[in-house]
Amino acid sequence: MLNYIFKRFLSLIVSLAVASLVIFFVIEVAPGDPAQFMLGINAQPDTVAALRSELGLDVPKWQRYLGWVGGLVTGDFGTSYTYRTPISTMIADRLWVSLPLAIYALTLSTVIAFPAGIYAAARRGKGGDMAVMGATQLGVAVPNFWFAMMMVLIFAINLRWFSAGGFAGWDKGLWTGIHSLTLPAVSLALPQAAILARVMRSALLDILGEDFMRTARAKGLTRRQALWRHGVRNALIPVLTIIGLQFSFLLAGSIIIEQVFYLPGLGRLVFQAISSRDLIVVESVVMLLVFAVITVNFLVDLAYAAVDPRLRSRT
Amino acid sequence: MRRNLIIGAFLTAVFVLAALVSFIWTPFDHTAMSIPDKFQRPNGVHLLGTDHFGRDILSMIMVGARTSIAVALVAVGIGMGFGVPLGLAAAARKGTWLDEVIMRGNDLVFAFPSLVIAILITAVFGAGAINAIIAIGIFNIPVFARITRGAALSLWEREFIMAARVSGKSATRISFEHILPNVMNLLIVQGTIQFSLGILAEAGLSYIGLGAQPPTPSWGRMLADAQTLVSIAPHIALIPGVAIILTVLGLNLMGDGLRDYLDPRLRVSRA
Repeated sequence: MLNYIFKRFLSLIVSLAVASLVIFFVIEVAPGDPAQFMLGINAQPDTVAALRSELGLDVPKWQRYLGWVGGLVTGDFGTSYTYRTPISTMIADRLWVSLPLAIYALTLSTVIAFPAGIYAAARRGKGGDMAVMGATQLGVAVPNFWFAMMMVLIFAINLRWFSAGGFAGWDKGLWTGIHSLTLPAVSLALPQAAILARVMRSALLDILGEDFMRTARAKGLTRRQALWRHGVRNALIPVLTIIGLQFSFLLAGSIIIEQVFYLPGLGRLVFQAISSRDLIVVESVVMLLVFAVITVNFLVDLAYAAVDPRLRSRT
Repeated sequence: MRRNLIIGAFLTAVFVLAALVSFIWTPFDHTAMSIPDKFQRPNGVHLLGTDHFGRDILSMIMVGARTSIAVALVAVGIGMGFGVPLGLAAAARKGTWLDEVIMRGNDLVFAFPSLVIAILITAVFGAGAINAIIAIGIFNIPVFARITRGAALSLWEREFIMAARVSGKSATRISFEHILPNVMNLLIVQGTIQFSLGILAEAGLSYIGLGAQPPTPSWGRMLADAQTLVSIAPHIALIPGVAIILTVLGLNLMGDGLRDYLDPRLRVSRA
């Protein structure tokens, strides 16, 4: 087990190192000098040069790379070109929106998908299964931002149950915060739930054919008891992988939904930073997101190995 | 299920046809503005109504289909063009450093959330349809590499490949002459799925303004324009959305149907 963890950890470090190199150099080749961009086209060359040295843009690339990575490791993400505030504070502020949103959406998606997937598997080939599968086909095909717009139209404009956008903030109370994240979370959760329900169903169908399920029935469990006690628990492994992937996707992939609802989340931060050529912010936030994805995958792998000893030897 | 295939192929055909027909004919000029005719609900003259500039929505949908299909198709082409050879190479050199490098590279691309890649690329090279294609295409590469490798690995164990090796063919020739034709079915099915994902991705990128730029019409941009007007004229938001859903649904159904149709084992187990 220790050997397995060590190997996986090593590959985690290598992945992170390569990812940081890729991000840094992609941003490096970006046309347009941030200093020039900040000062406008009419700026004097010596003013631009002064700003460049103030921002640390005049040192060699490899030194800047090392400085950047060193900063990331110690939690110092640098200072935003545009806002002149530490990026770590900016990220922390935004995480208070993005993280709860991702957790909220994931919870909703799981709450919808589990019963739907289990129900469909239990009624395989019957009307209920067809209905659930049809719904998931539709759910996968709906662009979430369009679904979000339709929900704004119905629940914010017509029924006035929710506000059409913006985030009230957590200082006005937990309920207000949750309330203003509800429509975004539902729009994010819908396609995820459709995927998750399909995974749950097919994982369960695989399990239902196993010998131990026949044994469970043979020892006198009803179909329902066997399904719940032995089926669902064993089907959780593939389902957990997908949940892990979805979490990292939700953290990063909510950019468009944040745009629909004008939520001050991480996605919008990246988006705004791109528009204002605040490339150091883009660099750091993208790296953080990639870090989150790689780490979540690593943790899911470890959780696997802990649950299923067969996987440990199969490195 | 044959029914999936038929419904899916029909829906896909409708949109491909709409895109093709739009090259020679649309009901109205899709760029022609006519402010007195703005916000018309669907009616006899404008079958799908008009938008806030009085442009004919049906014409815009038809021309927009062109953008969606072109972007998604080329992105699938990029994915297959790079991914399939990489997958074949990894399988042919299973267990060597080449295999390892290709597979780790795949994992790395997978670790980048696709939307973030797209945004990074558009950040660096500017917004536009071409960059959207590249952004979506890059993410398709590991998908195709992985399924090609997986399928090819099991083929390498088969007797007819052994026979080809004994007859002295090189690994490259075997890969292209014997392995590739046998993984084609799988690639077609995956291609349909990636095609539908590409359409969704293009719509999303255009919606936030990083995809096709005006005057190139695009379903995603139509939705972005509609966002602030959704309370005045819901149909201008509804129609592009339905167009996206039907196209994606059609492609997915077709992919499912093709998989069942092309895989004889599934047909047997169903019978």
